[in-house]
Amino acid sequence: MMGNDAVVWPADLPNSYIGRAVPRANLARLTQGRGEYVSDLQLPRMLHVVFLRSPYAHAEIVSIDVSAAAGMPGVARIVTGAEMAGHCTPWVGVLSHLKGLKSAPQHALAVDRVHWQGEPVVAILAASRAQAEDAAEHILVEYRELPAQVDMFEAAAPDARPIHPELGDNIAFERRLDAGDVDAAAAASDHILSRRFVFARHTGVTLEARATIAEWNRAEQRLTVHMGSQAPHMIQNIVARHLNLSEAQIRVITHDVGGSFGIKVHIYPDDMAVCALARMTGRPVKFVADRIESFTSDIHARDHVLDGRIGVRNDGTITFFEIDDITGIGPFSVYPRTSAVEANQVVNLTGGQYAVPNYRARTRVVFLNKTPTCQYRAVGHPIACSATEGLVDLAARAIGMDPVEIRRRNLIRDDGYPCSAPSGIRFEALSHHAALDKLLAMMDLPALRADQAAARTRGVYRGLGLASFIEITNPGPAFYGVGGARISSQDGASVKLDASGCITVASSITEQGQGSAAIIAQVTATAIGVKLESVRVILGDTDTTPYGGGTWASRGAGIGAEAAFQAGRALRENILKLAATILQSAPENLDIHLGVVVDKLTNTERLTLAELARIAYFRPDTLPQDFQSELMATRHFVPREYGFAFTNGIQASYLEVDTETGFIRLLKHWVVEDCGQPINPLLVDEQVRGGVVQGLGAALFERCHYDGQGQMINANMADYLVPMAGEMPDIEVAHVISPTRESAIGAKGAGEAGTAGAAACVANAVNDALAPLGVVITEIPLSPEVVLRALHGG
Amino acid sequence: MKAPAFGYLRPASLAEALALLQSHPDAKLLAGGQSLLPALNLRLSQPSHLIDIGRLAELCGISVQQGRLRIAALTRHAELQASPLIAQAAPLLHAAIQHVAHPAIRSRGTIGGSLANADPAAELPACALALQARIDVLGPGGARSIQACDFFTGLFETALGSDEILAAVEIDTPCEGAVFGFQELARRSGDYAIVGLAAAGRVEGGALAELRLAYFSVGATAILATNAAACLLGTAADPASLSRAEAALAQDLDPPDDLQASSATRLHLARVLLRRVVSSMMPQQRLAA
Amino acid sequence: MIAITLTVNGETIAAQVEPRTHLVDFLREQLGLTGAHLGCEHGVCGACTIRVDGAIVRGCLVLAAQADGSVVETIEGLSDSGEISDLAQAFIDRNALQCGYCTPGMLIAAQDLLLHDPSPTREAIREHLSGNYCRCTGYHAIIDAVQATARAREQA
Repeated sequence: MMGNDAVVWPADLPNSYIGRAVPRANLARLTQGRGEYVSDLQLPRMLHVVFLRSPYAHAEIVSIDVSAAAGMPGVARIVTGAEMAGHCTPWVGVLSHLKGLKSAPQHALAVDRVHWQGEPVVAILAASRAQAEDAAEHILVEYRELPAQVDMFEAAAPDARPIHPELGDNIAFERRLDAGDVDAAAAASDHILSRRFVFARHTGVTLEARATIAEWNRAEQRLTVHMGSQAPHMIQNIVARHLNLSEAQIRVITHDVGGSFGIKVHIYPDDMAVCALARMTGRPVKFVADRIESFTSDIHARDHVLDGRIGVRNDGTITFFEIDDITGIGPFSVYPRTSAVEANQVVNLTGGQYAVPNYRARTRVVFLNKTPTCQYRAVGHPIACSATEGLVDLAARAIGMDPVEIRRRNLIRDDGYPCSAPSGIRFEALSHHAALDKLLAMMDLPALRADQAAARTRGVYRGLGLASFIEITNPGPAFYGVGGARISSQDGASVKLDASGCITVASSITEQGQGSAAIIAQVTATAIGVKLESVRVILGDTDTTPYGGGTWASRGAGIGAEAAFQAGRALRENILKLAATILQSAPENLDIHLGVVVDKLTNTERLTLAELARIAYFRPDTLPQDFQSELMATRHFVPREYGFAFTNGIQASYLEVDTETGFIRLLKHWVVEDCGQPINPLLVDEQVRGGVVQGLGAALFERCHYDGQGQMINANMADYLVPMAGEMPDIEVAHVISPTRESAIGAKGAGEAGTAGAAACVANAVNDALAPLGVVITEIPLSPEVVLRALHGG
Repeated sequence: MKAPAFGYLRPASLAEALALLQSHPDAKLLAGGQSLLPALNLRLSQPSHLIDIGRLAELCGISVQQGRLRIAALTRHAELQASPLIAQAAPLLHAAIQHVAHPAIRSRGTIGGSLANADPAAELPACALALQARIDVLGPGGARSIQACDFFTGLFETALGSDEILAAVEIDTPCEGAVFGFQELARRSGDYAIVGLAAAGRVEGGALAELRLAYFSVGATAILATNAAACLLGTAADPASLSRAEAALAQDLDPPDDLQASSATRLHLARVLLRRVVSSMMPQQRLAA
Repeated sequence: MIAITLTVNGETIAAQVEPRTHLVDFLREQLGLTGAHLGCEHGVCGACTIRVDGAIVRGCLVLAAQADGSVVETIEGLSDSGEISDLAQAFIDRNALQCGYCTPGMLIAAQDLLLHDPSPTREAIREHLSGNYCRCTGYHAIIDAVQATARAREQA
C-alpha cells in the first residue's frame, strides 16, 4: 500500500497528535507502584515452581532421586524430564529459509543429557517458592560429566566432537556471500587493513525477571498463560502445538512487563514446563526466575569474533569490505526464532551504509555447551556497525584522512535512493549525509577538537569517535512466516466508539515500556478526530486483541500503529455516515474535531460523539429503517513493498581514557537518527537514549564470563556489570525525518538505533584518544584489563 | 532465591546476646545485615538462628574521650558519613565511607558488621589497618581489645571468637602533622574496588615520618604494604622515592586473578594508587581534615 | 512464625511472619503492596527500595522480623500522602520511566536525595541514584526529572 505523499506530521489539524510529544497516559499506575506485573499476581490455590538446573555444561543424567524431597513441607509434586516428555513434545529450532540451519530436539526438562549449565532438569512444585527451594536441595541427581565444547573455534574444527552426534558436526549454520569483485577491488586499493573484532557474550538483564503463571481450567479445557511476552500470539501457537491443544484453548495475557529488549520475545523450556505443569496439576503454577537462574537461562547474545578487511584508495574511496564472522550459540538453536538470525544480520548489514559494491562475507554459527543465544535488542547491528566503522576509521588513519571526511566520501548519497546494498538488502530512503551534518552542528566539532588538543598537553587522553549505522525496522511480509514459523508479520487493530462517546482500541502489538499504548492512542485519536484522553487502549491479550505479531524488531510504531490509524480512519467514515444520516447532511460535508462532528466548511459544531453514540445504541428507532450503524472497525497492516523499512543515523562519543588505569570516562554522547515520521518525539528520544545505554553497557561492562568447564562464573547482579547512573553520560538526540511511503503515517522503528551504534563510536573514540600512543583496540567490553593490555602488552 | 529457614532471636541486652551466642553455637549475629542477608538469600550460609543485635543501645554511639575516638559497633555507614565528629576526628573514614556501596545500603550497614565480616574488598577493614584501630570485643570472659593488624586473619576470617561480639572500634584522633589519603578504582560507583588504598601517616618537616598503606581487594585480607611504606619514610615522596616504593610493592602484594583484573594488572593499579594517594597526602595537597 | 507489629503507610499492622521472610516479600505477599519490586534479591539493583524509619533501605536486605516496631513507607504510601506527587509527575512529563519496574525504587531514592540536598547537581543525582538500576531509559531523563523537581521545589 502506498501512503500519502510524505506527509510530515504534525499536520495542521486541531486534533493531530501524530508528531507531538505528549506524555504517555496511565503512567501514574506505574509511578504509584500500582502496575500489575506477572510477578505481582497471586491466584487462588497457586503453586510455585522451582527448577533444579544442571550444574554442568555437559553431562549424562545417570539417575534422579526425589524421594527425600517429595515429602517435605509444602511440596505438591516433583516432575522429571522423563515424565514431562509425556506432556510436552520436544521442538527443533530451525527456519527453512535459513538454508542448512540445523538443530537437535529440545525438551522442556532435560531427559537423559544436560547440554548447558542452567538447563532445567527437575520441576518442584510447592506452596511457596521458599519451600520449593528447600525441597530442591534434597533432590539427588547423579550426573556423569561429559567434555564440554566451550570455545567456538575448537568446536568448529572439522575433527571436533559434535555436541549432537546425529548432526555430524557443531556447525549449526553457515552463510557465504560474494558480491561485486573483491579481489579486483583489493588489487586496486592503495591500502588494505585487516583487523579482528571481538564481541563478548552478554545478556539482557530485564529488571523484572521472566515470570509466567499458567492456569488450566478443567471445566473449560482452557489454559490461561500470564506471561510478559512481546509476542503473545506466538506463545499461544507454540504452547498449543507442544501441549497438543488447539490455539483456541490458549489465552495469553501479558500484563505490565518489567523490561524485555528481546529477552521476552522467546519461549523458554521452563515456560513450556510451567504450562504443562498447570495442566498436569489443575492448579495455577507460578514461575518467576530468580536473578541467578536468569543469567544462565535467559537467552544470551553476541559472542562473535569477526575478522574484517577493508580496502581504500588514497583519495578516500573505500574499495571493498570483507568479513569472516564466527559466533558461538548454545547447544540448541532457540525455538522458534532460531539462533542463526544474529549472524545472518551481521552478513546483511556490514558495510550497508556505504556505497561500496564489493563485499565478501562468511559467517559460521557454532554449537557450544553454553546458555543458548538468540535475538536481543539490535540483533547483529552492533557487530556489523563496530566492524564497519572500526574498519573505516582504520582506513582513514592509513591515508591520513579525517574520519568525517572519509564518511562524507563514501556514505550512500541522500539522493541515491531507492537502492540496494551488496548483501541484497533494499533501502527506500535514508539520510546519512543530512544526519552527519546535523550531528556535526550539534556537537561543535571544532570546540571538541580544541578541548582534546588542550587536554593532551596536560597528558590527558581524550578521544572522539563516530559511528554511522543502519537499522532494520518494520520487518515485512517475508519474515519468520516464510521460514515456517507461525509468527505473524502483520498486525491488527479494532477501534470502537462506545456508548458514552469514548474510543476503545485493541491492538495486537504489546507494551514493554516503549510507549506502545501511547502511540496507538495518538494515531487513533488523530485518525478519528477525538481528544487523546477519550481513547483507551487494550493490548496484550489474545482473547481480546486482533491477531498479530506483537512488539519486536522495531515494528510496533511502523506496523501496529499504522493498523490502528487505518482502523481509526475506517471508524471515522462510519461515524460520518451515521452523522450525515442523523443531520441529514452528506459525510463529505462533515468532519470530526476533538470529539464533535462539525460542518467541514464552517467548523460549526453539530453533534457530539456522545450524542451520536446515544442515538446509535439506544434510539436506533429514530434512524431510517434501511440504516445500520457500525461503530466498530478493524484493520490489519503489513508493509508489502520492502522487506524492511531501514532507518539510519550516526552517533558520536567523546570520552577520556586514563592511560595509567585503563579506566574510560564517558563525557558526552550524541545521536542523530532518522526513524521516518516520529509519532511521539518524546518517546523516540528515550528509546534512543535507552538503546544507547544498553550499547554502552556492551562497550564498557557487559560480559558473561565462562570458565574452561563451561561454567558462567559471574552469574549474579554484583559481578555482571550493567550501566548505572553514575558512569553514563548525558546523551543529546536529534532527528532527520525521511518518512516511509509504505504507510500513511510514514513511521519506521526506533527501538534499536541507539544500541546499534553506541559501542562502535565508543571504540572509535578510545582509539582516537590512544592514537598518539599507537594503540588500536577492537575488543569489547573495553575493561581496564583490556585497555591496559593493549597499552602495556602482557 | 529465598533464604533457608532459620530461627530469629532478638536479645534485649548485650549480656543476653552473649548468652544466646553460647547456647546457640550455629547461630549468626545479625547487625545491619547488608552482607549476611545477601548470603542467606543466595543460600551461601545456613545458620540455625539469627541473633539480632541491631537494637542494642549498648552498641551505639560515637564519642571522643582522652584523644581516642570510639565508634560503637552498630554505628551505621550513613551515620559515619554524616557525623561532623567523624569528619573531624577520622577524616580517613569520612573519605572512605562514601565509597561504600549505595545510600540504601549505607543506611543499614554498620562498622562493626563490616569489620567482623572481614571482606577483603571492603573499605573499612583497610581503614582500620591504616588507622591502627583497636577493636574492642566482649565475650563470656569479659572484654578484650585486638589490634587491627591482629584482627584480620584470613578470607572473611577474624580473631573474633565464635562466642564474642565486636563492641566498638577505637582510634587515635589525628595528631600534629597527621595526613590521610584514600582512593579506589571501581568499575562503577559503589562497586567493590578492583584495588583500593587507605593510607595514614604523619608529615614532619616536609617529610613522611610515619606511613601506613592499607590496600584492599588485593588478597585474602586488607594488607599493609610495609615494604613500600618503608621506602617513603623520611622522604617528601619525591619521584625517585615513589618509584622505589612502587617497586617494593611487589614484596608486599601478591594479588589474585579474578574477573575484573589479572594479578599483574592489580599490582600495576596498586602502584598507580600508591603514587596518586601518597602524592595527595603531602602537605601541598593534603586531604582536608 | 514470629509476631510483629509495625506501621505500614500509616496503618498499624500486626502479623505473623516466618523469620526468613524479608520485608519486601512480606509487603508484597502478605500485605499485597506490590509496588516494591524484586529485581535481584541480593541487594544490588534497588528495585525493592522502601523507607524504614525515615531511611531508604533495600527491602530484600531487611527481614520482616527486623522491622518489628518500625515505620515502613512504600511507594503506595508516599503516593497517597502526596509527598512525591510532584516528583512522580515530573517523571511522567519527562518520560523518565518506560517499563516502570525500577520506578518506585527510583522515586523513593530520588526523594531521599532531595530531602537531604534540595539543589543537587546532575553529578550528585547520578551518584545518589547509582544504586538503582534502570534498564530502559538510559538514566538521562530520570536525571532531568529529578533536577526539574528540585528547581520547582526551590521556587515554590
